[in-house]
Amino acid sequence: METLTDEKIELLTETANNIRQSIIGSLLEARSGHTAGPLGMSDIFTALYFHILRHDPARPDWPDRDRLVLSNGHICPVYYATLAHAGYFPVAELKTLRRFGSRLQGHPHREFLPYLETSSGPLGSGLSQACGMALADRMDHGLTSDRYIYALLSDGELEEGNTWEAVMLAGKYGLSNLITIIDRNGIQIDGFTKDIMPLEPLAEKFDSFNWHVVEIDGHNFEEIVAAVGEAQAVFGRPTVIIAHTIPGRGVKAFERQYEWHGKPPSEEEGKKALAELRTLNGKIKSEND
Amino acid sequence: MINKTQKLNPKLFDLQIEQEAIRDGFGRGLVTAGETNEQVVALCADLTESTRIEAFAKKFPDRFIQVGVAEQNLVTVASGLATMGKIPFAASYAMFSPGRNWEQIRTTICYNNVPVKIVGAHAGVSVGPDGGTHQAIEDMALMRVLPRMTVVVPADSLEAEKATLALADSGGPAYIRLARNKSAVITTEASPFELGRAEVLFDSDEPAALIIACGQMVYFSLLAAKKLEAEGVAVSVINLHTIKPLDKATVIKYARQAGAVVTVEEHQVAGGMGGAVAEMLAAEAPVPVEFLGIQDQFGQSGEPGELLEHYSLGVKDIIMAVKKVIERKNV
Repeated sequence: METLTDEKIELLTETANNIRQSIIGSLLEARSGHTAGPLGMSDIFTALYFHILRHDPARPDWPDRDRLVLSNGHICPVYYATLAHAGYFPVAELKTLRRFGSRLQGHPHREFLPYLETSSGPLGSGLSQACGMALADRMDHGLTSDRYIYALLSDGELEEGNTWEAVMLAGKYGLSNLITIIDRNGIQIDGFTKDIMPLEPLAEKFDSFNWHVVEIDGHNFEEIVAAVGEAQAVFGRPTVIIAHTIPGRGVKAFERQYEWHGKPPSEEEGKKALAELRTLNGKIKSEND
Repeated sequence: MINKTQKLNPKLFDLQIEQEAIRDGFGRGLVTAGETNEQVVALCADLTESTRIEAFAKKFPDRFIQVGVAEQNLVTVASGLATMGKIPFAASYAMFSPGRNWEQIRTTICYNNVPVKIVGAHAGVSVGPDGGTHQAIEDMALMRVLPRMTVVVPADSLEAEKATLALADSGGPAYIRLARNKSAVITTEASPFELGRAEVLFDSDEPAALIIACGQMVYFSLLAAKKLEAEGVAVSVINLHTIKPLDKATVIKYARQAGAVVTVEEHQVAGGMGGAVAEMLAAEAPVPVEFLGIQDQFGQSGEPGELLEHYSLGVKDIIMAVKKVIERKNV
């Protein structure tokens, strides 16, 4: 990874804002879909595709590319918007989200959009697939491989048993080429995760399964990049980055409310949101700044 | 009469016919597949010895993943391996895989279109003493409703060996169903096998009925055919080792010729091999069909032989069903 300069942070901030605008734009066209998760994960997706990942939009099937598995497929509006802004397909195509015949299916389908590494939607199976990819990489390139497998998970899907089967396996095989990022936004469809099914102490859980654990502010590019750098340096253990994010981040009316998990903005709400994002363009910094 | 081109075991109707578990053939086939193609890998959920994946695990320890008692993880890790170019064989008991992890198989393997091979061992009531919790009699239904899934039920250990090798090269998702008990080895090394092709094992110029069977029921069907022939009732017998894709042309041809069909399977009648045959025949060549299989019940403890008899899957049941379907034809 290259050094994260102030200029690059500014560029990433601007890109994340553009991605958020694209998310709102595509949800307005689709009139269904998820709002809170995609907005909340925009900074992490931006950091991954514009700074961290080894990838090449001109060669999507490049064998040596890093792999990214989005386990909670329902936040795909941010995935699609990021891929478009990164150059995988025209940004204008984002307007086709969830439409009949669109490559941008309601939940990601690899056959429709070949730039995806997997299809997802039903929760809890992404980490296992990422484990399989990490194991395959080990079989082919041994411990010296410099390719990384990134798994993006929601916090709500940690309630799935399948996830913990994978957590055990990654610990057993010491998959240090596997970097997992959890979107710890504290909400799920029915309410706050602490009410639906408490997950804490989450860091201790992963630690006890022989993982390396990092906790970060998921809207701070320096912290995101530093955490991934640390994960890449860890040997013999998989790393989980627990990224604390604000669901709906970037649009005040949507922030921190679980009601925005699974619905799109209305015409008016969308217009307001776009205006808010545009006026803040280039000025959004982490909560902690 | 026996179809000579099938090169079946010359001791087919001999009481001393060789016996070997179908799962043993799978174990051998997987080792050969591993030797031929280094992309072949294997996973198991704590049943290495009894699924017969052990030989592969010992020979290729770096290409074997032990996931523990975690069938959801078994198939989803396999999916990840497959997206990286591997050809994973993921083994457990059919009751647990696909019994417990159907959605993961649907989404991460079939929807995702990756070449994972699900190995369902200990299928059917012939599992025996372990009882109903361990006797998968719904697995074919679960697997054959999935788009892209190939479903194979070998008739004996040699066929399981050939099927395993063929699946390693098939390029798509597949399910192979294995039985625990020793059963007659009805084919030989020289017997033809091709995925998706129904094999006509027993033939007649003017058959009064066609018996279609899969798994170890093929042997019982041949025994029934021989007895019926001696009684002057001519039948033909198809080994339908590939339930999906179904060899429509062969089944239609022989069903039309006989004008009546009996299906025999160690599986629920609902949704099984007979159902697949009937769905197709109802549209393409309607003839009376009698279905032998489990009639909406669970299994129980016992010896394989007595259980098959209890659930009306014995030779005499096949003979009765043939006579019944012939009567229906004449109404």
